[in-house]
Amino acid sequence: MNATGPAASAFVEFERVQKSYDGETLVVKDLNLSVAKGEFLTMLGPSGSGKTTCLMMLAGFETATHGEIRLGGKEINNIPPHKRGIGMVFQNYALFPHMTVAENLSFPLEVRKIDKATREEKVKRALDMVQMGAFGGRRPAQLSGGQQQRIALARALVFEPELVLMDEPLGALDKQLREHMQFEITNLAHNLGITTVYVTHDQTEALTMSDRVAVFDDGVIQQLAPPDELYEQPQNSFVAQFIGENNTLHGSVEKISGGRCTVRLDDGQVIDAMPVKVAGEGERTLISIRPERVEVNSDSLGPDAHTLDAEVLEFIYMGDVFRTRLRVAGNDNFVIKTRNRADQTRLAPGEKVKIGWLPEDCRALDA
Amino acid sequence: MAEATADTATPTPGSVATGPMLAADGVPLKRSLARALRREKLRALALIAPLLIFILVSFIAPIVDMLFRSVENEIVSETLPRTVVALKDWDYESGEGPGEDVYAALYVDLVEAEEMKTHTRLGSRLNYEMTGISSLFRKTGRGIGRMDTDAYTKAITTLDAAWNEPATWIAVMDDDSARALLPETASAWSSWTRIVAANNDDIAKEEPGDFLFTTLYRDLSAATPDALAGYEGPEAARVREAAARIGSIEPVSLREQFLDIDKDWSDVQVWGTIQAFSPKYTPGYFLSAVDLQETPSGIEQQPDDQKIYRLLFKRTMFMSLAIMFSCILLGYPVAFLLSSLPLRTSNVLLILVLLPFWTSLLVRTSAWKVLLQQQGVINDVLVWMGVVADNDRLVMINNQFGTIVAMTHILLPFMILPLYSVMKTIPPTYLRAAKSLGATNWTAFWRVYFPQSVPGIGAGCILVFILSIGYYITPELVGGTTGTFISNRIAYHISSSLNWGLAAALGTILLVLVLALYWVYDRIVGIDNVNLG
Repeated sequence: MNATGPAASAFVEFERVQKSYDGETLVVKDLNLSVAKGEFLTMLGPSGSGKTTCLMMLAGFETATHGEIRLGGKEINNIPPHKRGIGMVFQNYALFPHMTVAENLSFPLEVRKIDKATREEKVKRALDMVQMGAFGGRRPAQLSGGQQQRIALARALVFEPELVLMDEPLGALDKQLREHMQFEITNLAHNLGITTVYVTHDQTEALTMSDRVAVFDDGVIQQLAPPDELYEQPQNSFVAQFIGENNTLHGSVEKISGGRCTVRLDDGQVIDAMPVKVAGEGERTLISIRPERVEVNSDSLGPDAHTLDAEVLEFIYMGDVFRTRLRVAGNDNFVIKTRNRADQTRLAPGEKVKIGWLPEDCRALDA
Repeated sequence: MAEATADTATPTPGSVATGPMLAADGVPLKRSLARALRREKLRALALIAPLLIFILVSFIAPIVDMLFRSVENEIVSETLPRTVVALKDWDYESGEGPGEDVYAALYVDLVEAEEMKTHTRLGSRLNYEMTGISSLFRKTGRGIGRMDTDAYTKAITTLDAAWNEPATWIAVMDDDSARALLPETASAWSSWTRIVAANNDDIAKEEPGDFLFTTLYRDLSAATPDALAGYEGPEAARVREAAARIGSIEPVSLREQFLDIDKDWSDVQVWGTIQAFSPKYTPGYFLSAVDLQETPSGIEQQPDDQKIYRLLFKRTMFMSLAIMFSCILLGYPVAFLLSSLPLRTSNVLLILVLLPFWTSLLVRTSAWKVLLQQQGVINDVLVWMGVVADNDRLVMINNQFGTIVAMTHILLPFMILPLYSVMKTIPPTYLRAAKSLGATNWTAFWRVYFPQSVPGIGAGCILVFILSIGYYITPELVGGTTGTFISNRIAYHISSSLNWGLAAALGTILLVLVLALYWVYDRIVGIDNVNLG
């Protein structure tokens, strides 16, 4: 496991946590994870990867089959959810429809037996914090999706928890609002110094919001890293393909030397790559190259660089970039992205070109 | 006004002028829309028309007619038209029976009623208000033909045999001036023609009845000499002749004749009752339905031993409420469980909930009899366990307890189904959210889940309460004397006592009660909050 973290400042800790619903298969397999105080950590993964289960175990709605979950150094496995003091934002907000916005916010304070004056003040402050001060008397049904989202956020924060969990909170919003809310949530979390565990299957959300991202698949954290590292240095083929757009080529490793390896593709062409996760010489590998790192007909690669023959299949104009689909080494879905510059050539379908890349942008991963 | 603006200002379509919005052809948009929607509406109406007509004809109309019987009272004024008129000036408070005129009117009325066999029906009707009137009318009907009024007949025909000829009567009674001279006789003659027609006889061949001579005697005695002298109609000479010698005839007191048949005809109470119920519409049935009665001296309480309906209404309400609350208590947890189980399991359990629906109501009710009776299963078990003594077995059937138990069981699905359908729509995340916000299980349920299930409770309560308030079969079978409902009494009046007016009044009160409760419920819970799933 590459779940590493500064153990000294760990606020949330999963230690060897396993979860099974049916006693036959493990949904979460041997999870070790620590989240530092004030950190914004995102659990990212396809559905069924175990990320929501982890969140529910942390919130207390699911019990861990094995292992220990600690909050602030204290084991919380057997503490019921309402005593954990963790704020939570649900996928569909779960605002109580029979209460007004102010009553919704006041609810967690009431159950904590906080006096009325303090309650009102805190509710007002929380509403102002999400710029919804004027909406206290409304019912949730009278609010737009974005407004409901803000109220749900305010409600999760109003009782000043140290840890806030968010379960795909932006899933129901349209793209523009989602981007805006991403920004607001991150700002709020950082300004208040709250530790946040955020679950999403949207990689853009994960990359733009998080301090660190834990990519889940098959009940295992595939990689835990800051966004840039995750994107640029995926540790295995799942992460490489799951995060961002990615071109893959199949081949076998011919030679590994000096931090470089030579890979013979299945159609016989040879390229250079960075050996990141290869079993050894002669073994199968999967080559991963980001579309924007591919050069076309370029001499900037140097004379000894390997280049590949490619045929243009499709050219898509996307405004800020051009997206060109090529056939490379038998792969019809090889995509390159080029910036829309005045001097940029627009490739026409049927055109034969030479493509290449810097060897450090090309990662040889597990097949 | 809106159209006037449109005509004079002729604003361009969609202009922001103060006038109405116009469609592209200049017609106000509202009118265009209405026209466009009319076809839709007609189509919708056509779709429901068959059912609507069927219900109107076969259901609503009979019910309205039935409810109308609760105030209808035409039988008195139709059977005794002359008596009702003659009684108008009589004062019950005087404590004295009415005068001879009233008896004379009653005589003619009853002769016709007896011939038409309507006097017994009137007797039964008035018997609801005063016991004994029915037999009085029956007895009088038998005696009316044997009264001593044939003395008049003999005397007048002796004076002039022509009065025995139907032709004489037909000639006289055909004339307007004669009818004006002899009003009572004219009125009696119209009865006579009806009687003859009803017997399929020929009026020209039938000997005139005794009562015609009685009225002729009374009219001729009362006629002023001037009127007689001025009479120029048919048989003028014969009429004047009879009038001149009428004083020689010994008068017969009709009052005495009636008293001979039955002394009760001197009872002011009888006359008071007839007078009180002479209007075409009466509040009498409604008063009876709430244990009051209309007496000649005004509205009074029923005697204590006859008070039953207020008690029954109260009992019906109380037991319906008890059934409703036990349905909530038993149904809510079941619905909660059903809604929180996976669909496959909940479907199986739902079938168990619906199972009673597939069993006959009688079978279920009888099953409760078997279980609850004193020699029944439950008592046997309790005795075997030593909880109750063998000679002191619990009485659990044929009383309120048995009715409540059996009806709760029968009506439970009507509570569970709406509850279930509402609870199914409450996402479990609400409970989780409440708990994550720090609420205990109970607080989360009570503050978050329960308020959202209220529409289901409301729907279930309305269904169960309204069904039980009008329930008939189960209370009839297991209610005994203390567990019967008002509906059992209505059924009794419909099929046994045949007092349909009272049954209609009771039914109307029940209907109004339900509507009133519905209104109160709407004010408190809000009918929009009711969800039948």
